[in-house]
Amino acid sequence: MSEPIKLTRKDFSSDQAVRWCPGCGDYAILAQMQKTLPDLGVPKENIVFISGIGCSSRFPYYMNTYGIHSIHGRAPTLASGLKLANPELSVWIITGDGDSLSIGGNHLIHILRRNIDVNIVLFNNRIYGLTKGQYSPTSLQGHKTKSSPMGSVEQPLNPLSVAVGTEATFIARTIDTNVKHMGEVFRRAAAHKGTSFVEVYQNCVIFNDGAWGYATDNQTKEDHILELEDGQPLIFGKERDKGIRLNGLTPEVVSLADVSPDELLVHDEDGPASLAFFLSRMRQPAFPEPIGVFRDVQKIPYEEGVLSQIDQAVATRGKGDLRKLLLASDTWEVGPEHTNGHN
Amino acid sequence: MPESKQHIEYQDIESVIIRFAGDSGDGMQLTGLQFSNTSAVFGNDISTLPDFPAEIRAPAGTLAGVSGFQVNFSSEEILTPGDAPQVLVAMNPAALKANLIDLEPGGKIIVNTDAFNNANLKKADYDSNPLEDGSLDGYDVYELPITTLNRNALAELEGLSTRDKDRCKNFFSLGLTFWIYDRPLDTTLTYIEKKFAKDPLLVDANKRALIAGYDVGHNTEAFQTRFHIQPAHLKTGVYRRITGNEALALGMITAAQKAGKPLFYGSYPITPASDILHNLANQKQFDVRTFQAEDEIAAMGSTIGAAFGGAMAATGTSGPGVALKSEAINLALVLELPMVIINVQRGGPSTGLPTKTEQSDLLQAMFGRNGESPVPVIAPATPGDCFFMAVEAFRMAVRAMTPVFILSDGYLGNSAEPWLIPDPDDIAPIIVKHPSEPANGAAPFEPYKRDPETGARPWAIPGTPGLEHRLGGLGKQPDTGNVSYMPLDHEQMVKDRAEKIAKLADYIPPQTLIGPEEGDLLVVSWGSTLGAVRSAVKRVQGQAYAVSHAHIRYLNPFPRNLDSIVRRFDRILVPEMNLGQLIFLLRGRYGLETPFVPYPKVQGRPFTIREVTEKILSLVE
Repeated sequence: MSEPIKLTRKDFSSDQAVRWCPGCGDYAILAQMQKTLPDLGVPKENIVFISGIGCSSRFPYYMNTYGIHSIHGRAPTLASGLKLANPELSVWIITGDGDSLSIGGNHLIHILRRNIDVNIVLFNNRIYGLTKGQYSPTSLQGHKTKSSPMGSVEQPLNPLSVAVGTEATFIARTIDTNVKHMGEVFRRAAAHKGTSFVEVYQNCVIFNDGAWGYATDNQTKEDHILELEDGQPLIFGKERDKGIRLNGLTPEVVSLADVSPDELLVHDEDGPASLAFFLSRMRQPAFPEPIGVFRDVQKIPYEEGVLSQIDQAVATRGKGDLRKLLLASDTWEVGPEHTNGHN
Repeated sequence: MPESKQHIEYQDIESVIIRFAGDSGDGMQLTGLQFSNTSAVFGNDISTLPDFPAEIRAPAGTLAGVSGFQVNFSSEEILTPGDAPQVLVAMNPAALKANLIDLEPGGKIIVNTDAFNNANLKKADYDSNPLEDGSLDGYDVYELPITTLNRNALAELEGLSTRDKDRCKNFFSLGLTFWIYDRPLDTTLTYIEKKFAKDPLLVDANKRALIAGYDVGHNTEAFQTRFHIQPAHLKTGVYRRITGNEALALGMITAAQKAGKPLFYGSYPITPASDILHNLANQKQFDVRTFQAEDEIAAMGSTIGAAFGGAMAATGTSGPGVALKSEAINLALVLELPMVIINVQRGGPSTGLPTKTEQSDLLQAMFGRNGESPVPVIAPATPGDCFFMAVEAFRMAVRAMTPVFILSDGYLGNSAEPWLIPDPDDIAPIIVKHPSEPANGAAPFEPYKRDPETGARPWAIPGTPGLEHRLGGLGKQPDTGNVSYMPLDHEQMVKDRAEKIAKLADYIPPQTLIGPEEGDLLVVSWGSTLGAVRSAVKRVQGQAYAVSHAHIRYLNPFPRNLDSIVRRFDRILVPEMNLGQLIFLLRGRYGLETPFVPYPKVQGRPFTIREVTEKILSLVE
């Protein structure tokens, strides 16, 4: 890539008026993305944002990069084709809980297992916003919405547990109000080679206000979230006085007044997938919910595998020659006077 | 070779249609292919059609497991695999039962009597043995214990099980047909050497089986006549056998090479289109990037992404797959990106007849999407034409910045014909222009600023500094492409897209007409029916009837002169493998009051020449 010219947040803002509801968590995510991108050293023309349908999917219109606002749930499919056509591009998928976990669930699991080198940012607000307030695949059981007036009977999906199950190589979580943390998670996601999957707790101020209140309320959040650090024991709490210990196969919250930090579970981004899965299962109110990088492992991205097979084919067969290709079969020649022959 | 028997007659004939039929494990496809290749190399014109069951491994010996391969070979030009077979090679009772209905009255039947035991007769639902109960009276039946004769021929070979030896019996029956139709063995002998190169024992066994079959013809009193079919007067040049699916793959690679770009093919496996994916996956040295997507929608989405990235992008499927792709096709249409969508049509609706042919997705291609959503639609007429139409589809896609539909079908996809191999240097380059700066200098780039001649918008690709832009499925402002719900913006964009597709009529070649320029009866057809319809029209013209034929390869837009052609005839006969979809388009497009005579056939099988001939005669006599 060419030498980076220092860009600013403004370079990444398009001339289109942003049309999210006042107070929407999406604003913070947009601002943080526009602030983070200049630090990545990627030429602006090499950055592409692709989205599906939903409030979050308006995102590409507000970025002064290349972009596609596609159709519901299908952004990963466009990103896959684009990345195969031009692996040099830095491709970001912007999606929501309905877009990626309901209508686009199939594409999400397949892009994650293929490990195509793109970054997925899932805005999880646990509601359908653009269609004005129906329950989503991440809405909690009992959640009363327009389409579930007596409370949702459905079991919610846990996006990060799904990601672990698909062999995803980079899994992280952040919160719309914690902009510093979000910027760092975006940087880590961009640096990862392979599919990066980032869940952002995002507040829908109109249809599901306060859904993540426990994680954003300044008074309580430190008791309800746990900031992951690679190689460090799982400690949380306003006073950093609580930790997570494994008791057999069961995690438990312990007080550091009673338990030595040495006995706590230690985070390992490159550790077994079961650790990331176990972290993803930690849910309020029984446990603090982890944020940060759950998993970061190296595997060959899909498009590299595809291109290396092309190189291999060229090395063994030579660069394709059309004439040879058309003749590559049993051929015969019809001469002017039945001088037919088998070539 | 052993001493020959007395009194062998040689008879010169113009053409023969043979169908090889057996259990799907009997190697009938291979046998048919070898017979075709030998005949092609010998210089006959050929046309072939495989017919295999939808079940991968139906129980052996049952009707569901019958696999067939039909070869038509001739000293004259032929356009179809032939109507009714004149010769049936049946390796078991089920093969006889499933195919006898098609055999010409008085046709030849060669049967393997060893397979006509009680168990096999029962599996084929025969109450009594057709070889004994007189039900084959009227046919010319040759009963041979092929399994036994083949085992005897291989008796001296050590190291092969009886089962392995029995697997050679398809070459035995092939050898016999080679003798009857006076074909040389060398093409197949060479093939056997290559195919079994890793196992000299199998080379030996299969060669012996082939030669033993040939010798049986020579030595058996039952065979008194050999038939000779002279080489055909084909255009001079180098030929190969090609199926429609192979030709589409080669055509797409050629188009990408001619554009100097990688070829992207995103596809989800589906009968009868999967062979295109297989063919392309094996040509990576041409920078072919195949993507076996997780579903049909993903195949379409990835194709859009690849087109945005600047690749020559295509997807291929069959009707049910197109149904799933519809929403994404509309996205491609409003993003105005160039790509090719292949539909190898099969019997529908729903899952329908996966391995059988039909032309019933024409209206789906034209109208099967929400909103005003015109796309160009073209249809190759022969297996070899699939090559040219694949290149043509990319030319149209790039010219008008639009997805383009190719409507092939199961019959074109799987049937084969000799193909005069074109010189790649004779194929014009596909000129692709990617802008490197905004057209009007310093002003912001306008992604929907249209070319006044073609109506196409510029194809700016990511990685180009200064041309960053956003595309999307929402309503747009002309020129800028910015989101707009303004009434007149929307109307203009809808009209601009329609006009752009209509303007492709400036590019496509005029409609050709065979026969008188005007008159009583015009036969109009499209797609894979060319062979049967053209042959029928020629027959009728040969009987001094004034009948004309227009075969349409460009279905949207229609060629400009089609309008005047169809107005010069009193009646228009349209044979279609659907209930009248082309008629619907012609009526709608031209507001014709001319009486149309529909001739629908929806049996999962192509028209026969005889059917179309009789239909035409019923109108003109």
